[in-house]
Amino acid sequence: MARQLAKNPLSLAGVIIIAIFIIIAVFAPLIAPTPATQRDPYMIPRDGYYSEPEPPSDEHVFGTTEGQYDIFYGVIWGARSAFRVALVVMGVTIVLGLVLGSLAGYFGGLLDEVIMRITDIFLAFPWLILAMAITAVLGQSLNSVMIALVIVWWPAYARLVRGDILALREEDYIEAARGLGASSWRVIVRHVLPNSIYPMLIMASLDIGAVVLSAAALSFLGLGAPEGYADWGQMTQFAQNWIVGPLDNPLKYWFAVFIPGAFILFFVLGWNLLGDAFRDIFDPRLARR
Amino acid sequence: MLLLIPVLLGVTLFIFGITMLFSPMERATLYVTSVRQLDNLPSIIERYGLDRPFFIQYGTWLGQVLRGNLGWSTVISMPIAKAIPHLLPATLEIAIFAVPVIVLLGIFLGTKAAAHKDKPLDHGTRILAILGWSLPSFWLGLILLMFFYGYFRGFLPPGRLSIPVDIFVDSAGFTRYTHINTLDAIINLNGRVLLDALRHLILPVTTISVINTAFIMRLMRSSMLESLGKGYILTARAKGLAERIVINKHARRNALIPVITVSGYLFAGLASGAVITETIFSFKGVGWWAWQAAIRLDIASVLSFALFSATLFVVINLVVDILYTRVDPRVRLGQGVQ
Repeated sequence: MARQLAKNPLSLAGVIIIAIFIIIAVFAPLIAPTPATQRDPYMIPRDGYYSEPEPPSDEHVFGTTEGQYDIFYGVIWGARSAFRVALVVMGVTIVLGLVLGSLAGYFGGLLDEVIMRITDIFLAFPWLILAMAITAVLGQSLNSVMIALVIVWWPAYARLVRGDILALREEDYIEAARGLGASSWRVIVRHVLPNSIYPMLIMASLDIGAVVLSAAALSFLGLGAPEGYADWGQMTQFAQNWIVGPLDNPLKYWFAVFIPGAFILFFVLGWNLLGDAFRDIFDPRLARR
Repeated sequence: MLLLIPVLLGVTLFIFGITMLFSPMERATLYVTSVRQLDNLPSIIERYGLDRPFFIQYGTWLGQVLRGNLGWSTVISMPIAKAIPHLLPATLEIAIFAVPVIVLLGIFLGTKAAAHKDKPLDHGTRILAILGWSLPSFWLGLILLMFFYGYFRGFLPPGRLSIPVDIFVDSAGFTRYTHINTLDAIINLNGRVLLDALRHLILPVTTISVINTAFIMRLMRSSMLESLGKGYILTARAKGLAERIVINKHARRNALIPVITVSGYLFAGLASGAVITETIFSFKGVGWWAWQAAIRLDIASVLSFALFSATLFVVINLVVDILYTRVDPRVRLGQGVQ
């Protein structure tokens, strides 16, 4: 697999980008040390309360954004927030999808009907509004964002697993396992799931980027991370009032607008390149098309 | 169509359930408009029945909705039944311009990529597609504004119309038939309004198109490749048809079906409000309203918006099914085998 990843320049680029972000996230305390006066390392230190962003200087490498939050500190620690949202949301979604999807697919009948009608409802709903309503009620925090995104995302996964299981249920080896007296639980866990998990992992690797973008969008809309939290989406929102500079220098505040968004773009790009490569490796049928 | 009722009940029940997480006291404060009324909170709870059991409150709300009373939107200070028709033209205007751009460009590029599989053109469009759906749309919007509004001195401004034009369209010299500015300008044969409306539309439409074209293009490419592998393509080539005709007539027609489905969803999504785009460009449509309602906890508006967009989704689903029959005669109903 490693060799296949290295062969394609695009997937290699994906691996490198994500590796860089892992390094940034792991070594955040060394790259951007938390000032001694700061209690919570995830809150961006601010240099005063003046609203106009300050351009990059020796003290603030990437400058400061509205409210004098240090951009460099924010984007470095923001990598940790981004990984947390991506991995937690995707992990919980996969587990929920697996459990509900296999229950619906394997047992069928009323249980299947109920679970599938619930997914219908969620899928008929614009996800952003649902997520907005949930975060609005649960209050501004990264946890609300993650809960909202899981609620929005699980139905697609439950459906995928259910479909796979419906197809697998008719296979001979499942019949054989049942004939040998294996319990439903054992058949699902030992025989059905291992065969249906790959399509799901491919879908997940292609979806991580979308999860990060959605979380960033919620933060940007003022429904995500609390004010001052190291989060790329929110830092882009801070710059929203500063897209136009004074008449003699209209691009004066470019750093405040450009830098946090560029981090989102590269992070998501890395995952999407990886996901594309995973799909080619795990699903040769799709790759050859 | 039968799907509509359970879906609408489920969607509203869920949102209603979420808002019930607020205490009656918190929900009562939403009715308060001045500090003096804060003393009256218990009587507000009493009057609106905010402390009654969940299903009774839901039933009350549903009864009102069935009688056509969707409630009052505090965000834009008007009854919601009037608010939606008031805001919809702005949203539709974006959708009307964006959907054809996205779909035609996506089909064109996707066909080209499939016809030149594994050639530089294919790789190029693939990289563009991955870049396209990695872009945070809100960031793209801000960067576009930074250049076309800031650097080029107000060339492509945010909003729907410039202030003088906005005053003009409400004057006696201009009749608003649809409230879709570009369409009204054409009917009124007014070049100034048309030009101004278009200037305000370019950036939002571009922002939406960049991201969505990538999806349609990749979908078209894989669908096209699948159809190019079919036997009738071999037949067409064997009988000596020009490659251009094989691709445009034989392969593409069959490859269009999944693209039509997704384009339908795309239209449903855009017509129920492009929340982020409308917000960044202060293009005050349904999406902007939904965002305002969510951050200002205007529960009645959020619920109505949910009803509206779920209905739209189900209806568009139906339209897509009907469109299939135009493209693929095999699924035409009630005709039988001839």
